[in-house]
Order: sequence, then C-alpha cells, then structure tokens
Amino acid sequence: MTALLIKNVSKFYGQVHSVRDVSLQLAAGERVALLGHNGAGKTTLMRMILGLTPLTSGKIEVLGMAPGSRAARRAIGFLPENVAFHGALTGREQLHHFARLKSVKTSTADDFLERVGLAHAMSRKIRTYSKGMRQRMGLAQALLGTPKLALLDEPTSGLDPISRHEFYDIVDDLAKAGSAVLLSSHALTELETRTDRIAIMSNGHLLANDSLSALREAAHLPVKVQVRATAETADHVAAQLGGQRINGSSVIVNVQQKEKVSLLGQITGLGDLVKDIDVTPASLEALYRHYSVSDQEIN
Amino acid sequence: MSIIAIARLELLIARRNMWVATSLILMGLFSSVLTLAGGAPTGTLGVDPLLVAITSITTLSVYLVPLIGLLLSFDSISGEAERGTLALSLTYPLSRGEILLGKFIAHLLVLGFAVAVGLALTAGLTIWQYGAADLSYMPLLKLFATSLALGAAFLGIGYGVSAQSRQTSTASGIAIIVWLVAVVLYDLGLLGALVADGGGYFTKTLFPWFLIASPADAFRLINMPLETVSTLASGLGAAGPTVGIAGPLVSLALWPVAALIMAWLAFRRVEP
Repeated sequence: MTALLIKNVSKFYGQVHSVRDVSLQLAAGERVALLGHNGAGKTTLMRMILGLTPLTSGKIEVLGMAPGSRAARRAIGFLPENVAFHGALTGREQLHHFARLKSVKTSTADDFLERVGLAHAMSRKIRTYSKGMRQRMGLAQALLGTPKLALLDEPTSGLDPISRHEFYDIVDDLAKAGSAVLLSSHALTELETRTDRIAIMSNGHLLANDSLSALREAAHLPVKVQVRATAETADHVAAQLGGQRINGSSVIVNVQQKEKVSLLGQITGLGDLVKDIDVTPASLEALYRHYSVSDQEIN
Repeated sequence: MSIIAIARLELLIARRNMWVATSLILMGLFSSVLTLAGGAPTGTLGVDPLLVAITSITTLSVYLVPLIGLLLSFDSISGEAERGTLALSLTYPLSRGEILLGKFIAHLLVLGFAVAVGLALTAGLTIWQYGAADLSYMPLLKLFATSLALGAAFLGIGYGVSAQSRQTSTASGIAIIVWLVAVVLYDLGLLGALVADGGGYFTKTLFPWFLIASPADAFRLINMPLETVSTLASGLGAAGPTVGIAGPLVSLALWPVAALIMAWLAFRRVEP
C-alpha cells in the first residue's frame, strides 16, 4: 500500500527553484533516507507533505489524502529539524498536550517518554533539557498515535552514538508495525544499514532513488580490497595484484564490483604471503559525493 | 476537544510565565487603592459608595484592561513562530481557528479572573467601610461583563498584531502603539476635533458615532452611570446621554467578534 505519493512536485519561491519535478513513493513499512546538502530541498519537500507550504505544481498524497487535511495530519508523525518546545512546561505536560491533540490516551504518552529514555526527566521543565533530550522529546511526540507515515527531519542531530543506535531501533519498530518512514540526515554512515532505500536530492532535483546496493552498482564505484602481507613481501604482492603499497606491509587494490571475485581468487593463490584481507564496498559518502558531483557538472 | 487542550496548555503557560500573577496584582492593587481613596472625598454625601468606587475603577479599566489584553496576546503567534513551536503545532490535526479559540479562552479566563478579583476586593472593601446595606451590585456586574468584552476585543487585536508580525519584538512595539492610540490618542483627537468644531456638524452628527466606534469609549459610556459623575471623570462622557446605551452595547459586543475574525484571517496567512 502506498503511504506517500509524490508526483512531479515543484516549488518555486519567486524565481528560486526550491524543489524541481520530484517524484517519490513510499510503501507501508518502508524506511527511506533522504540525503542532500543544506538547501537541497529536503525540508521544503517535507513541509509540502505536511501541508505547511503549498505546492507550485505536481501532486502529493498521504495515504490517498490531500496533504494538510485533518485526516492526513492525523496519520503523520513529524519530527522537525531543531525541534522546539515551550520551556516553561515539563516534558510530561508537553507530551500529554500533544497526546490530547492526537486523541491518544495520556498514559500512552508516558510510555513513549519511557521508550525514548526520558522517564527520569519528565517532571523537569523543558528549558533544562539538553539538545539530545529535546530531540528525544521530539521523537516521542512523533510516535504518538502510531503514525502511518513518519517524517523525521535530521532526527539524529544532537544525539550521541549510543542514542543514535537506540533511535534507529525505534525507527525499525515503527517500520515493523507498518509505518512508512521518511528521514533526512547528514550522518551518512548510520543510514547504510538502517534504511531500505536512499533518495538523494541536490539543488531541488531528485538525483537517485534506489536501494543502496543498486545505487552502488549504477555508480560503478570501485570496491577497495586491502591485503596485509609483510614488510618483505608487500612489494611482490603489490606487483602480483596490480595494487599499491600503502604502508610498511599493506597493499590496496581498487576493483570494479564484477572483478572482485576473480581478484579474491588471485589473492587466495598467493597463499602464505597474505596475512589478512579487508573488502570495503563504496561508502555512502562516496556514493553521495558521486551523485551530487555529477549533478553539479550538469548544472 | 482540541480547543480545550490548547486552552489548558495556555493557562498552564500563563501561570508559569507569571502573566496571571501580573494581571492579578495590577487589577487587585489598583482596585483596592481606588476604592479606599475614592471613597474619602464623598464620605457621607449620600452617594452610593460603591458607585463612586466603580466610577474610579471604570476610568482605570479603560487603560488597564486593554493593556492586560494586549500583554497576554501579543506574543502568542509571533512568539511561537519565533521559538519554532508553531510549525509543529500546525502539523497536528486541528485547525488554526481552533488554536486561536483555545488561546482566546485561556487568556480571557486569566483576564476575567484578574478583573473579578479586583472587583471582589472593591466590593469587600466597600462593605467593610460602609456596611452591606444600600449597596447596588448591578453596576458591579455590568462593569465585570463589559470589562470582559473590552478585554476580549484587545485580545483579538493582539492576536492580529501577533500574526502580522514576524518577530515578537515588532509585535510588542505595535501593541504599545495600538494601546496608545486606542485608549489615549483617539480620545485626545476627538476632544481636539470637538473644540475646533465648536458645536457644529461634527459635534452633533459624527461625534457620537466616533465615540461608539471605540471599544474603550463604548465601555466608558456604559459604565459611567451619572451624568454628573461622568462629566467629572471625563470630558468625553458628557456625550453619553445623547448616544444612548444601545449603541455602546452593540459596539462592545461586535468588537471582540470582529477582532477575532481579523486575527484568524491574519493567522491563516502565516507560513511557519
């Protein structure tokens, strides 16, 4: 079932193109990461999905409903970038308020505070919260009412690595429960394993929209194979494999995906000369750079 | 339900931000002082002592109630937009009209509470000084109801100003100007026009309408009961008898509605 349908959507602010002809679909239970520089159009796209900003052209449907309609808003959980709350309220008071707006039992709100690890601080005023705590608070309110579509704008900014891990656990649970999750992020590495699909935006364009492995294949980025030999044998190994010696004892060989297996065979053939081996596929950073650089060349 | 949730939250915030305390202290202090001091000159002249106090408090409320109304409201939309809480609120399943109405109910309760405490102090102090006999309470109730209407009008104006301003600092500046114009300069302008006209067309035909058009003057006209007292209290009050009571009542009833509708229209255009 399509949770979110974005079809040929554009947004102009006067002469400035903020979003240009973007089409994207999210099915229920799918986790999609939206990548892009600042100003790439990610936040504008989210605001249009929420109905906060009108579209210049194109069509958006949230579970078949118009964006910004009451029913659509009821189905969405939203975590804004730099989420803010009223500092004079306690975490509990603020979340209970949101629960009432979403017609959710206030006792459920307490459960969510516990789920995001804020149970100990829920009676404190929000102005005493750290950035990470406010971010958790933001996540808790986005989870209220089990949204069919979760929009998370830079959700892990301000979170330490352990909190990030916990955050993605919660996202996984959401997706397992059938929610479609669209999240934007700068922290690329953490998205590699925690999302089903990557959409890359630059200058308002959607440049790529596929699974990580498919994007890697299409980008023809080399796989990095690092072979550890010894100080005496490294030069010989480098010559045999056509690689480059990088320090006292290691050799790096960059190969295309389809040549990887034959290279590994060759390495095995070297027998005792090889002490260890590491295979690293193109990182998300490299992919992201590849797609956004090629876009800049077009423009 | 959403309206009640918003009102509930706003009441909580108003309590935490000391707006409730500020309003209470303002109204309570001034009401008490005016009741105690206002009674002194009349002493045993035979005029209802409560009526004397009410006249003083009416004069004061013309300035104070609009001020409290604007203080409670000027920050309510621009402040949320500035803090970044507005965008999140607007993604919840409730309309902007509901948000506005919820805030309005909360702020009107705060204002009503402050006015009620002030008037209760006035009544209590008057009874303490003169005894409960021969006091007429109707003017007190009238003053309370019209204070609410006056406050509601300026709450609405404050929301409108808040929705139009991108920043809270701008909103507070405009609110002060609105207050000055509405309760001070407008009357001064009318007085000036009266003097210049010298009893001509303006004085006879236009002036009563101009007087009714201002919520503050309408409030004054309704609550200044005696011709003599009102003449003493304000030169403008002299126009009272020629205007009648219906005009000011309609004006005071329409102002809150009109101001809220204007605020809603302005709020609808806000893109957080």
